[in-house]
Amino acid sequence: MPRSPMAAPRSFLWTRRVLLTLLTGFVLLPVYVMVSSSLKPLADVSGSFRWLPSGLTVRPYIDIWSTVPLAKYFVNSLIVSVSATLCSVAVAVFAAYAVSRHDFRGKRVFTVTVLSTQMFPGILFLLPLFLLYVNIGNATGIALFGSRGGLILTYLTFSLPFSIWMLIGYFDSVPRDLDEAALVDGCGPLGALLRIVVPAAVPGIVAVAVYAFMTAWGEVLFASVMTNDTTRTLAVGLQGYSTLYDVYWNQIMAASLVVSVPVVAGFLLLQRYLVTGLTAGAVK
Amino acid sequence: MTTTVETGKSAVSHSSPGAAAPGPRRTGRLRRGSLPYLLLLPALALELLVHLVPMVIGITMSFKELTQFYLRDWGAAPWSGIGNYRVSVDFDAPVGRALLHSFLVTCGFTVLSVGLCWLIGTAAAICMQDAFRGRGLLRALFLVPYALPVYAAVITWVFMFQHDNGLVNHVLHDQLHLTGKPSFWLIGDNSFVALLVVSVWKGWPFAFLIVMAGLQTIPRELYEAAALDGAGVWQQIRRITLPSLRSVNQVLVLVLFLWTFNDFNTPYVMFGKAAPEAADLISVHIYQASFVTWNFGTGSAMSVLLLLFLLVVTGVYLALTSRGRRAADA
Repeated sequence: MPRSPMAAPRSFLWTRRVLLTLLTGFVLLPVYVMVSSSLKPLADVSGSFRWLPSGLTVRPYIDIWSTVPLAKYFVNSLIVSVSATLCSVAVAVFAAYAVSRHDFRGKRVFTVTVLSTQMFPGILFLLPLFLLYVNIGNATGIALFGSRGGLILTYLTFSLPFSIWMLIGYFDSVPRDLDEAALVDGCGPLGALLRIVVPAAVPGIVAVAVYAFMTAWGEVLFASVMTNDTTRTLAVGLQGYSTLYDVYWNQIMAASLVVSVPVVAGFLLLQRYLVTGLTAGAVK
Repeated sequence: MTTTVETGKSAVSHSSPGAAAPGPRRTGRLRRGSLPYLLLLPALALELLVHLVPMVIGITMSFKELTQFYLRDWGAAPWSGIGNYRVSVDFDAPVGRALLHSFLVTCGFTVLSVGLCWLIGTAAAICMQDAFRGRGLLRALFLVPYALPVYAAVITWVFMFQHDNGLVNHVLHDQLHLTGKPSFWLIGDNSFVALLVVSVWKGWPFAFLIVMAGLQTIPRELYEAAALDGAGVWQQIRRITLPSLRSVNQVLVLVLFLWTFNDFNTPYVMFGKAAPEAADLISVHIYQASFVTWNFGTGSAMSVLLLLFLLVVTGVYLALTSRGRRAADA
């Protein structure tokens, strides 16, 4: 506790109380709407909004799987996001280790270039990437466009710049003496990385993995252009409930809740790591 | 193990003088040469494939007359010089005027959204600096909007903003009687407010997270010394907390700015392909200009202009804030 409690005057305590209460309401409102509406019969969500359901039903949770092929989208999203996360973390660990522990020509150019890709508007390379994937497919027979592979490849680069940047900071905070000692003891540079630096940087790596997974799970733009019926992910599939003649709001809310559970649960379990990871890595 | 040592030694002794030139002392014992490049290779290859090459293609496309007829073989599309750029910035013609309008809307939206996200996030983080009962729970709760997938969260807000069966109209009209008749939130001028609310709801937890991490790096002794000197909480916040967050804020505001300015997901899920004029953010606008009119050359030119704008803003921002920081440190 940084400040002593005696120092906190009533004005601060009241400001804090009011602010935190308002924020809690703001944050919880859509969550409440999502949860309560997902348990309402269709009549409740078609007419004027009701704070309390007229009756509780789990029907929407059963119907969501048949109204659209949600299970398929779910599996697609899972495959794409998990693969993109694993690859992104592995690539970022190697790159960050190189920058953190080695001096080489072009180091600054590399870090600046990688970071500056963060500012590229996605829309700038959406169409070129689409053309590139189609051309690679025609030339080599590797189907990138429309396939999960293409989406994995795309998503893993989305989280790469931030991951590398954060891991550089994190690796810098791991004492150099540790891996230099490992080198003296006969570990190769890769051994030093995998046996010493990586275990010491677990919170940073977990934070980066969480970030990469969330980025892939939530992306809409490229998913809407680069997937077809068999590879469609949740980001696109969820829109299927609202293009029908009837808008099944209770089902939409149930589906939203179902697709949110894996990320939110994972995120809340690992958020401790995220804060420590950020403290040591990004925020120096 | 011995082999590793030997190869390590031989690599140093056999490598060319350029590669083995003694670097700074801190890496003295590490093997130099091609290793760092090997480690960087995957990252480099991926960045090239997915970001840099497409960017070059995109810039090339912006100088071409690229319509759907040339999609199969876009290299065959005729060159159009700076024609696409001229169309984009001709503010007397409909295309240019619409782009300028969208750009201004995006600027206003970004300033408001980033400002509010930063303000709320910082205030919340400072409020939760001291331990109190339920702090851990509250912190987890506050991160929920950030953790929720964009489409799930935005769809929920779309439901809340519905004209007939939404929560917002129910509260404002039916319960509080603030409006004469239910308002439309997803079309017309109100859509800007709706988009802003959703964007802030979704964005402030990130500011909260980063500031919270930044607060942990402030040494406790600073507060203890200030308390001994008789500084109250408000003074401590003003004189210690906020100045210490300066470097965190520099990066945070920039990142928030870039994300908000380029945001496609939120407006796209909220309004679909045709955003209302008042909430016509630039990413969706360019998407529409490319895919609805099937004129990818003009769309690319607009994207390049957007990128140039972001580069200039980022450059100026970094120059200004870095100088400010140096002045403050001196």
